[in-house]
Amino acid sequence: MFLTYLRRELAGRRRQTLIVAIGMALAIALVMIVNALSGGVRDAQASVLESVYGVGTDITVTQAPTGPGEGGPGGGRFEFGAEDGETDDAEGSTTVSDSRLTTGMGTATFDDTALDTALSTEGVADAAAALSLSNTTFSGELPDFSQLQGGGGAPGEAGAEAPPTGGADGAGGSAFDVDSFTVLGIDPAASALGPLSSAAVTEGRGLEAADAGADVALLDSAYATTAELAVGDTIDVGGTTMEIVGLVTADTADASTGANVYLPLDTAQALAGLEGQVSTVYVQAASSTDITAVQASLEEALPEATVNTQEDLASSVSGSLSSASTLVSSLGLWLSVAVLAAAFLIAVLFTVSGVTRRTREFGTLKAIGWSNRRVVGQVAGESLVQGLIGGALGIVIGLVGIGAITLIQPTLSGSAGSVQAFGGGEAPAAAAEAADRMGLTGDGGPFAAATTTSDIVLTAPVTVSVVLVAVGLAVLGGLVAGAIGGWRASRLRPAEALRSVA
Amino acid sequence: MSAPSTTSITLPTPADPATPKGTAMYTLDKVGKTYRQSSRIVTALKDVSLTIPAGQMVAIQGPTGGGKSTLLQMLGALDRPTSGDVRLGDDVLSKLPDRKLAKLRAKEIGFVFQGFNLIPTLTAQENVETALEPQGVPAEERRRRASDALAQVGLAERAGHVPSELSGGQQQRVAIARALVKEPDVLLADEPTGNLDEQTRDEIMDLLEGLWRDRGLTLVIVTHDSAVAKRAERRLRIAGGSVQEI
Ligand SMILES: Nc1ncnc2c1ncn2[C@@H]1O[C@H](COP(=O)(O)OP(=O)(O)O)[C@@H](O)[C@H]1O
Ligand SMILES: [Mg+2]
Repeated sequence: MFLTYLRRELAGRRRQTLIVAIGMALAIALVMIVNALSGGVRDAQASVLESVYGVGTDITVTQAPTGPGEGGPGGGRFEFGAEDGETDDAEGSTTVSDSRLTTGMGTATFDDTALDTALSTEGVADAAAALSLSNTTFSGELPDFSQLQGGGGAPGEAGAEAPPTGGADGAGGSAFDVDSFTVLGIDPAASALGPLSSAAVTEGRGLEAADAGADVALLDSAYATTAELAVGDTIDVGGTTMEIVGLVTADTADASTGANVYLPLDTAQALAGLEGQVSTVYVQAASSTDITAVQASLEEALPEATVNTQEDLASSVSGSLSSASTLVSSLGLWLSVAVLAAAFLIAVLFTVSGVTRRTREFGTLKAIGWSNRRVVGQVAGESLVQGLIGGALGIVIGLVGIGAITLIQPTLSGSAGSVQAFGGGEAPAAAAEAADRMGLTGDGGPFAAATTTSDIVLTAPVTVSVVLVAVGLAVLGGLVAGAIGGWRASRLRPAEALRSVA
Repeated sequence: MSAPSTTSITLPTPADPATPKGTAMYTLDKVGKTYRQSSRIVTALKDVSLTIPAGQMVAIQGPTGGGKSTLLQMLGALDRPTSGDVRLGDDVLSKLPDRKLAKLRAKEIGFVFQGFNLIPTLTAQENVETALEPQGVPAEERRRRASDALAQVGLAERAGHVPSELSGGQQQRVAIARALVKEPDVLLADEPTGNLDEQTRDEIMDLLEGLWRDRGLTLVIVTHDSAVAKRAERRLRIAGGSVQEI
């Protein structure tokens, strides 16, 4: 009887059933899509972070630079003196070459005893240290400026005035190569944690314990392609020639690894003149539930250091990925809450108005002996089934929406701020200025290789939890409407049956 | 036909041993009912004392607003009096909790309304079955008893129709079948012919009177139609909340 009555009611009042179900369906679909998208954004953020911090890193320990420009020795400023090049009077130009290995801007180094401190902290499963550096090589030929003074033009415009002789192109012009790449010194023995844990060696070999102190390097395969370098070639890092022993590729298809060049930690420390110094300690907690506790212990043990969890790090991911994250988490959340509230309201209003309209019907049922419980159950049952129809419809619409997103494959780019050579500040400005001064067109060519930006196709994964959320909301909506409608029905007096017909 | 125990619906039911014909079915003692409408207090019944013997057919007449429906609510255990006692057999209705009253209505009392009050989305058959629902009658038996009741009111072929597909007289027949399928002691009808034309009215009254005779029901009919009231054994007039014998 319960089911017959329920079926007849829902079928007999089809329009109301449909309105309520569609309202619920749209809300549930939206929640599903937002839910799936935020899962996708989280995955994307995780993969950007992974490319920088590696797999399994729960916490990073860094230190804030003490002040602008004090990030490390050299600060990345280009200074050319006569001693940097040699003047070839016959050619009428000066050849300059400068290669510097410095800490990146915004990176401070600290004593590597922090690694031992981290390893001995309770709840820490593993830890590894790395030194993040930036190598900038500036090489080329300058025309003999003294020759140009007579022309009265700026050096870069010299060619337009009285054509001078000399210079690389023989017309008084300049030819420069500004090559900048990021360098990461890593413990060659510890590959399970840290930046390379998410990367695979695609050519040659990885770093091994025996490489400690050796002049060997691994290259990010994307950078190797750009720089036209291969295994067996050499690369100049901080004025020292390194043998390229392997290429690494990030696990995530579209992402690049955290740095362009990887060196054994002590080699990097020696080259940069930073013995015993590191810039990041990667920490893995024994259990994911310990992370907050470990973070607190580390902050206590290393009062100078900045201790970040993955969650903190996620906020350091910038680019369109970060905008998407904000969009999904704020707008998406509020939109789904608003639409959901509207759908629930519609369901409640329709149910309540339905109960009011059926006052005489429920009064009659009570008059012929139906218990309150039975009447309330009928109202609640109808609402619940209406909600479930909406839920089923919503899952279909939601899956179609998620499918559409998957088909469109929106691409987001994200970069994580901590291992960049040109993270902002003085160095890029100085470099750009220098490039300008030398008449280089600033398409960012030489600098592009130095940024750690990943393009990531946004996915909207349909997880069990996404579907469970939808079903849960459908049930909840049905129950809320049913509870309110049922409460109204329970208050109807059986005497309503005798109310005179309108 | 089916087993003898279930064919009883077509036979005159022997009077309930607990309420043999002539003993009091209803005893009302100084029953008062007031309604509170914001600040105004409306007195619908004033010190009504009344005995209705089992098996009696009573007509209640009176002007609109006189208290007819209110009296019927007291008899039907739909509401409690503000003062005084209403007894149905041995039960003091005014003292029973809601749950007990619902059980009593489910078993002992049949209702017929002026507006038929059928569930619009249910078929005639299903409407009749709703009366057996609260007693937990198994589906198979419920179906059979509802069909039998419909056959008795002459609507066997209309069992699958919803109310909107039936005429007023047919709808009232379904309502009568719904009231009687549970084989109650009492049948209460509030203006059962108020919405019907004269010919249909007479048909419905013939049906009710026949059922009353066959089953030894106690039948209370509220009506302002004298033609209807004339058929009753006893006529009461209620005006301003007070009852008089006519
Ligand atoms: N639920 C109620 N609330 C307030 N007043 C009511 C209610 N039911 C009935 N009344 C009042 O009680 C009086 C008797 O009503 P009723 O028994 O319905 O009269 P009748 O059925 O004879 O027309 C009327 O004045 C009516 O307005
Ligand atoms: Mg009335």
